[in-house]
Amino acid sequence: MNELLSPFDGLLERLATPEAIKAIETGASPAAMWRDLDESGFLDALVDEAHGGSGLALADVEPLIAAAGARAVPLPIAETMVARALIAAAGIAAPRGPIAIAGSAQAGQTVPLGLVAEHVLLDTGTTLVLAARDDLTPAVTGVHRDLAARITWDGAPQGLSVARPDHGLRPIAAVLRATLIAGAAARLTEQTTAYANDRVQFGKPIGKQQALQQQLAVMAEDMIAARIAAQLGCAAGLTVSPLQAAVAKATASALAPRIANTAHAVHGAIGISEEFALQLLTRRLHEWRLADGSEGYWTAVLGGARLADPAPSVDWVRARVFA
Amino acid sequence: MFDTFAFATLPEDHGGLRQAVREIIARHVATLPLERRARSWQGFDSAFSRALGAAGLLGLTLPTAYGGGGLGPFERFIVVEELLSAGAPVAAHWIADRQSAPLILNFGTEAQRQAYIPRICRGELVFCIGMSEPGSGSDLASVRTRAERTAGGRWRVNGQKIWTTNAMHSDCMIALVRTSGTAADRNAGLSQLIIDLKAPGVTVRPIVDLTGDAHFAEVFFDNVELGEDALIGSEGEGWSQVVAELAFERSGPERIYSSVVLLDAWVAHLQALGRRDADALVGRLTAELATLRAMSIACTARLALGESPVVEASIVKDRGTTFEQDLPLAIADDLAAHPDELVSADLYRALMYVTHIAPSFSLRGGTREILRGIIARGMGLR
Repeated sequence: MNELLSPFDGLLERLATPEAIKAIETGASPAAMWRDLDESGFLDALVDEAHGGSGLALADVEPLIAAAGARAVPLPIAETMVARALIAAAGIAAPRGPIAIAGSAQAGQTVPLGLVAEHVLLDTGTTLVLAARDDLTPAVTGVHRDLAARITWDGAPQGLSVARPDHGLRPIAAVLRATLIAGAAARLTEQTTAYANDRVQFGKPIGKQQALQQQLAVMAEDMIAARIAAQLGCAAGLTVSPLQAAVAKATASALAPRIANTAHAVHGAIGISEEFALQLLTRRLHEWRLADGSEGYWTAVLGGARLADPAPSVDWVRARVFA
Repeated sequence: MFDTFAFATLPEDHGGLRQAVREIIARHVATLPLERRARSWQGFDSAFSRALGAAGLLGLTLPTAYGGGGLGPFERFIVVEELLSAGAPVAAHWIADRQSAPLILNFGTEAQRQAYIPRICRGELVFCIGMSEPGSGSDLASVRTRAERTAGGRWRVNGQKIWTTNAMHSDCMIALVRTSGTAADRNAGLSQLIIDLKAPGVTVRPIVDLTGDAHFAEVFFDNVELGEDALIGSEGEGWSQVVAELAFERSGPERIYSSVVLLDAWVAHLQALGRRDADALVGRLTAELATLRAMSIACTARLALGESPVVEASIVKDRGTTFEQDLPLAIADDLAAHPDELVSADLYRALMYVTHIAPSFSLRGGTREILRGIIARGMGLR
């Protein structure tokens, strides 16, 4: 997949600089960044070839979604990729603007990147509705530099109806969040390791202290666990089951705050500053942890299904998660 | 970082290995009481190991010319997963199958291969590993047990090993000994010898552990005379051989399934009562188990490519043993959070056995701190 990842990540590196991200977070228009992303063609990667896409599987684009997470891109790349695939499969021409996804039918819910989206693909529980974002009375959350929107509607949300996957939008949305978390975790682990090797205290790089080495080793383990759990979810494709999504998201969500905490602990005070780019990733880790179900939600889903089946644990996991 | 450590799919089990293991488990293991199955790794049963050998389920990755299965790490993963998840008593073949035979294959002479590997594959030869000494635990390079050349190139061994798993049941020990220099020379001057534990001058004393079992022992060598062919590999290369050997020990599903029999017993308890207030805890442990399985398969995939995934194996082991140790604590809290609920004597004994033995999970085969040091080195921090 390197032949896809390398040009895509190069594009993100050029477009989503920390300065550009901060500008959009403080109200600058994302239109130019989005135009470049859309013209790259990558956003149609999951659309089947009959509808003008690349026909790739979710597992194929997993490295791209992780890269979007690692670069803290302030636009819904992963969500739009999935939304375009679902819309195309319904035989509808997708709008070209950014699409956020909302896995809950609850009015008043918080949708990540809702402020920079033009549409929201909304799961009503019986169908998906592609609603114009501005018809959903988007409101800011009030959290500093947050690009999420609180959306609400009267009656039923209005828009094009799109066939709903068997298990709705939440499992696939959860897998996307897990993959974004894994991408951010990878970048944070690299940044934090580099910082530990660079920062000198007590006459040597702090990374030479065994106490830090042990913490960073655990951070790397957490990063790998989040990566492999997210990849397990992506391997199931757009029809991912709630149980596969549960393993991916419960794992990534539980690890996200641990990874953010170690990144901050090693960086010290500078990591808390607005100017330093670390916060672009750690704030997102906390947002993605909660979006589309935290570990508490998904472990209850997984445990409930597990307890309903008398099979031994390993057999159950093989049949229901790895099948 | 560690980019190749990624999700991989376990290939189809074309050889019907899973079914073959299950048939033997149904005969030998399914009737064992819960607390026996909870011992898994520590459970010693020669008849069971020979039955596996007779069915061609030992030495799976070893060449057929030596009685092995000629298969790969994925097939071994399948067999080990079945054995450990059932709580099979694997101790009689475990070390020989996992570590000693691959070591002899990689570093031994043709005569040594012929002498040992076919019998290991039949489950007839029990091995132990002599690494720790009273003054040498994580700091393996400080071993003091000495082997000296005598007339005709033979060896004479003096010293002591301790905490040696299954030494009292074993036919042979592969010991790390000093053959030249002193402890100050660190990892130079170390060699590996195959010691016949029936040889004169060898004394084995079992050590009782905190559960009442005696699964490890101390072993004394008092002028033990060994043949020239006791040396395995190259004289003075013992350190690098041990490092390679430990990579076998640290990878694979064995580091995630030590407590899974207890998990199953607890799930069955919840199901029998119809209690649903533990869904999230069951889900958390199940998610961790599934993620660890995926990580273990990912590590196995690196082995299957012919790599020696030392960092990957250390990650799986550190994380796997953390899970195995957390599991009895979480289950105990759940059970005792319901003080008016009846817990069977079997489940209680298994729970307390695993609780008490669990600290050993992150000691054997390299402590947590050593593993994290290996990971930190892989990250470029040391």
